[in-house]
Amino acid sequence: MQRIGVFVCWCGSNIAATVDVKAVAEALGKEPGVVYFEDYQYMCSEEGQNKIKAAIRDYKLTGAVVCSCSPRMHENTFRKAAAAAGINSFMVEIANIREQCSWIHKDMQSATEKAIILGRAAIAKVHLNAPLTAGESPVTKRALVIGGGIAGIQTALDIADAGFEVDIVEKKPTIGGKMSQIDKTFPTLDCAACILTPKMVDVAQNEKIRIFSFSEVDSVKGFVGNFNVSIRRKARYVDEVKCTGCGLCTEKCPQKKVPNEFNLGLDQRRAIYIPFAQAVPKVATIDPDYCTMLKTGKCGVCSKVCAVGAIDYKQKDTIVEEQYGAIVVATGYNPIELTKYDEFAYSQSPDVITSMEFERITNAAGPTGGVLLRPSDGEHPHKIVFVQCVGSREDGGGCGKTYCSKICCMYTAKHAMLTREKYPDTEVYVFYIDVRTPGKNFDEFYRRAVEEYGVHYIKGMVGKVSPENGKLMVRASDLIEGKQLTIDADLVVLAAAIEPDKSARPLATMLTASMDTNDFFTEAHPKLRPVESPTAGIFLSGCCQGPKDIPETVAQASACAAKVIGLLAKDSLTCNACVAHSEEMLCNGCSSCEKVCPYGAITYQEKEFRMPDRTTKMRRVASVNPAVCQGCGACTVACPSGAMDLHGFSNRQIMAEVDAICK
Amino acid sequence: MEQKHLREDILRISGVNPRKCMKCGKCTGTCPSYDEMEFHPHQFVYMVESGDIQPLMESKGLYKCLTCFACVERCPRQVEPAKLIEAVRLSVIRQQGQNHLKPDQIPAMLDEDLPQQAIVSAMRKYAK
Repeated sequence: MQRIGVFVCWCGSNIAATVDVKAVAEALGKEPGVVYFEDYQYMCSEEGQNKIKAAIRDYKLTGAVVCSCSPRMHENTFRKAAAAAGINSFMVEIANIREQCSWIHKDMQSATEKAIILGRAAIAKVHLNAPLTAGESPVTKRALVIGGGIAGIQTALDIADAGFEVDIVEKKPTIGGKMSQIDKTFPTLDCAACILTPKMVDVAQNEKIRIFSFSEVDSVKGFVGNFNVSIRRKARYVDEVKCTGCGLCTEKCPQKKVPNEFNLGLDQRRAIYIPFAQAVPKVATIDPDYCTMLKTGKCGVCSKVCAVGAIDYKQKDTIVEEQYGAIVVATGYNPIELTKYDEFAYSQSPDVITSMEFERITNAAGPTGGVLLRPSDGEHPHKIVFVQCVGSREDGGGCGKTYCSKICCMYTAKHAMLTREKYPDTEVYVFYIDVRTPGKNFDEFYRRAVEEYGVHYIKGMVGKVSPENGKLMVRASDLIEGKQLTIDADLVVLAAAIEPDKSARPLATMLTASMDTNDFFTEAHPKLRPVESPTAGIFLSGCCQGPKDIPETVAQASACAAKVIGLLAKDSLTCNACVAHSEEMLCNGCSSCEKVCPYGAITYQEKEFRMPDRTTKMRRVASVNPAVCQGCGACTVACPSGAMDLHGFSNRQIMAEVDAICK
Repeated sequence: MEQKHLREDILRISGVNPRKCMKCGKCTGTCPSYDEMEFHPHQFVYMVESGDIQPLMESKGLYKCLTCFACVERCPRQVEPAKLIEAVRLSVIRQQGQNHLKPDQIPAMLDEDLPQQAIVSAMRKYAK
């Protein structure tokens, strides 16, 4: 039999004004097993905690019930006090008589009755409580960053700066991501390459950072502090160590008709290529879909011109196995496909382009050398129409996205402004539903486009774009003037919505990290834990968590690094004590629990059992890894045989509470 | 005058930069002559910016603006719509051969609907 003490808190007038605290204490004092009761103005104060400690010692209490605020608020406080007085901290239960009673009731008599019932339930639970000890697991002091865009780069640099080793896995031949394709960055208009490429070089030169470019994560096993990851290094048919990046092979390769994905197909590259001049690592890669040697076995020009013998047509994918303590997801975004938007004629006219294509056309390293020319005839466009919200903020039914893509208002203002700056004879129209430019110096930037550069911002959406005699007839509404407009444009630029990279969904499955319906990774708390996944040891950096511009991405990337460093700095982790466990005699090995576990904490093993007739039998039973289990209890509900139970919240304890309430 | 030059002329007379307008509509929301004007203050700003000036010059409501400057006082972007409206009025007068209002013409024009303030305002501008 437990010896239980009951401590009723007034919380000033928060509880005492609605609940008769003395009556509660006295009523609960009559419950079986209760040997001491007391009420006090502020139980969480030092004086209040001392009262609990003294009572535990003086009355040899084995358990305690504190009737006070939500356990989220002070459960830890009271458990610590109990531990200091010498009893296991899990022998303390909280009856929430503030949020769940005094704050929501007005009538004192019924509130007091309810408080007594809540206290009684907690007492019933303490009778079945057992001391619990949280386990410990060691931490591998290395981090993996998946994705080598600006988010991954910043996170890796910050983690390495703290002295921990970091590996970056990037599926493309070079790190740099979307930012390497962008021309200028808002709102300061500094050149993206000028601020990004030094960071890429920093990554390459940092002794703590390894880059696995042209590689993908194949599988992830393990748990926080102890992940086992296998990384597929795809065959690039070039020896990374030998290749000096001289680029001779990329000039001599006879296969010239390969669409250049770095320039979004606006020009062509060779079958052996380096994506751009500042690529890191600066190593050539052979595109097996176009290489004549790999397809027919006849050519070998690159191999002949390579002075260091780096070309290896027989190279195969290799798998690297590595251990990490923390994994950072930085998989980024892509603009959505616009082929379904027939009304904007994107598939019909080469002069209807996306904003990303516009970036390449205006980039000095792009296909036009930075001169604004129409893709169709290479002429200067004199009238440009920008359309915002293409595929953003749509109702779920269509091909668009329900969310605001956040960056389009600013980059469209940038494009419009830069066009007017370089080509003042060009008329620029921007059609918008709302202009959303919150952010430091952002709205001022947009106003500059209107006031200083004379960009025509028109409230209304473009309804139809039709190519006619070399022009693009744009029909749109001007909602402030209340009329329909027709503009004979030379170029139409569509601000396409952005979506998470397609690799994010299978990766989330591997990591057992949760996602929302748009395939953005879910954060542990939308406000208070924005860079952590609910899955322990998985961290989120950049657009994989939601649309973001560069300043925000870098800020989040550094925040993410701080969280990773906080984890890697520990030698071992204290696990959650309230974890699931399986009663092996009851377990039928059905896998129901394994399927519902959101954290991948449950595995199955073949185990030998002694039978009544002294024979042995192999049986498949569930086992829970306490370092991974977060104690959500999903498995206890799913288990058809009742083998799964949760420490600290066992089925018996919960039923005892229900019984006490219904008594 | 050509529409394009007319626009520049009005901007020069008024000293107003219509591009500063954010289209919030506060000027129109505050205008006491709203019911009597077919084009409202925010439309003056917008139409002058887009060079659509002829309809403004031909509108009867042009003279119903009291020049009370409530729109100027309350505009969050300091666009000063009333100055623009006056500039449009001036443009009309200038196109009619400098036929400024003379004090002895006033008694004949007085009627109950004409706001006193408009007359005073006209005198101030056209007396020289």
